[in-house]
Amino acid sequence: MTVPAIEIEGLRFAWGKHAPVLDIPSFHLARGERLFLRGPSGSGKSTLLGIIAGVLGASAGSVRVLGEDMTALSGAARDRMRADHLGVIFQMFNLVPYLSVTGNVTLPLKFSAIRRRAVGSDPEAEAGRLLARLGLTDPALLARRVSDLSVGQQQRVAAARALIGAPEIVIADEPTSAVDADARDRFIELLSEETARTGAALLFVSHDVSLARLFDRAVDLAEINRAGVSA
Amino acid sequence: MSAILSLAWKSLLNRKGSVILTIVAVALSVALFLGVEKARTGAREGFGNTISGTDLIVGAPTGTVNLLLYSVFRMGNATAEVSWPTYQKIAARPDIAWAVPISLGDSHRGFRVLGTENTYFDYYKYGRNQSLELAEGHRLDDLFDAVIGADVARELGYGIGSPLVLSHGLGKANLGSGHENRPFRVTGVLAPTGTPVDRTVHVSLEAITAIHVGWETGAKNPLSDTITEEMIRGFDLTPKTVTALFVGLKKKGTILTTRRAINTNKGEPLMAIIPSAALAELWSVTAFAERALMAVSVFVIAVGLVSILTSILSSLNERRREMSILRAVGARPGHVFSLLVLEAGLVGFFGALAGILVIHAVLAVAGPVIEARYGVSLAGTGPGLTDLYTLVAVTLAALLIGMVPAWTAFRRSLADGLSVKL
Repeated sequence: MTVPAIEIEGLRFAWGKHAPVLDIPSFHLARGERLFLRGPSGSGKSTLLGIIAGVLGASAGSVRVLGEDMTALSGAARDRMRADHLGVIFQMFNLVPYLSVTGNVTLPLKFSAIRRRAVGSDPEAEAGRLLARLGLTDPALLARRVSDLSVGQQQRVAAARALIGAPEIVIADEPTSAVDADARDRFIELLSEETARTGAALLFVSHDVSLARLFDRAVDLAEINRAGVSA
Repeated sequence: MSAILSLAWKSLLNRKGSVILTIVAVALSVALFLGVEKARTGAREGFGNTISGTDLIVGAPTGTVNLLLYSVFRMGNATAEVSWPTYQKIAARPDIAWAVPISLGDSHRGFRVLGTENTYFDYYKYGRNQSLELAEGHRLDDLFDAVIGADVARELGYGIGSPLVLSHGLGKANLGSGHENRPFRVTGVLAPTGTPVDRTVHVSLEAITAIHVGWETGAKNPLSDTITEEMIRGFDLTPKTVTALFVGLKKKGTILTTRRAINTNKGEPLMAIIPSAALAELWSVTAFAERALMAVSVFVIAVGLVSILTSILSSLNERRREMSILRAVGARPGHVFSLLVLEAGLVGFFGALAGILVIHAVLAVAGPVIEARYGVSLAGTGPGLTDLYTLVAVTLAALLIGMVPAWTAFRRSLADGLSVKL
């Protein structure tokens, strides 16, 4: 049995001396699993994702990402874990404005030797292939400034960036909330296909329960978080 | 690091407009600084090059700087003179190779008149032992011949054969109080030297005596006009006094003993100065103004650097999102820090580089004009170590100043985590 992608036990987190915003006895995400995490804003989901991604440190408990306990690692080591093994898609404004579409997609490779190796000798071609799979093939489109792309197009560029170099975990934080319903379902479909192809586990966070049907499993953050933050 | 450098570069390109303005601000401040620096170096060199080859200048006792000012720079006046017998006594000293007497006190339309002997043109040297060259004409052959400096010729439009009349004292052509009854003729024009020689009218010592016939009381005797030129040519025109002597030694090693011997001359009190030492002393007088100018231009550079700081700091808020994206794809806080430091460094580097190019372009165009007009040679100020040092110093200072916004972004990137509330 391989180690799970994410395994959380007894996690507690508080900002300073305030009441804890997270108190999660147990949470796990298997390798290659596609999980829907329902988390309305204010439920502590941003904090949880920050801890999983290693940007924030936990107050207590263990957060194992691919078997590594993030709480025991130094800041730099957590940064390296994130660079090597995690792809992240935000709600919006995912792209660095001064980089080209391809430059944005290949950006994670600048920070991770592991993902550079996984991509091989021609990162730009790999970026093009990923973009094509996500339905962005028009060369004119790829030459545009990223700020001129539609939100849906931007999100697909962000997905390609999260997937490049085949990281084991892809985290998507409300990536479809600014996209219309058709584009939303299509986006999730494409994202699922691509994570299935690379074998990545997908942690998809949204407040919209109607999306839960598109995933292997659904979890409500309010149910696993005993800190009981008001919504 | 090269990945971050390329990010910094692209980020700057993306904000071309404001970045170029900042670069222009830095470039102008650097150009001003280097311009001041080069003018200063040029002026100092030109100043030090005013006289060379002369070992001692001898005059009546006064201040060192004062003697230098009136004998070499034609500024101010001698308070006392050296008598002709004393000149002859000094010229006859065994340790002295040559002595050239000069006599000052008259002027022509604002230009000083120097009475001397033709040996002056042999022994007066400037720059790196350069001799005075005649651009046209010949030396002082006749009693009323005049050899004029390049500026005199250019500003007054004089050439060979132009008549000129001297004024008593230093006023500008105040007719009636002048020597208009004794006209001179230009027989030689000197090539430009960038020294006070360019602004001098040279006549013979005898001519100085001749035009003062009838001025023995210090003012013009109304009867002097009745003395004709033929009568004057018949007089003994050996001067009674001269203003100063330029002296060359047979052996440089004796300079201090010769100087002491002259300073302790029995009979008429004298003072001998070493030109290079006096020049250094005079320059130190101006050093205060020079340092003030330097300080101002250094502050101008500081203002240029602050404009880098301002432009980066003001862009920081709108770039907060960008920083969290970089963090999400694996950038460490240190990467965010170095990104901003490098951006500042790049702006500083290109600003300084542009400033250096600007000042050299200006010097290439204006340098010859400045040299011809003001005698300040900027020829020795081509691209050099000063430019390199300035480039390195401004770039380092920009990197240093970039640490201010970088530190802010660094702390924020730790606090913001993955999500930024916009």
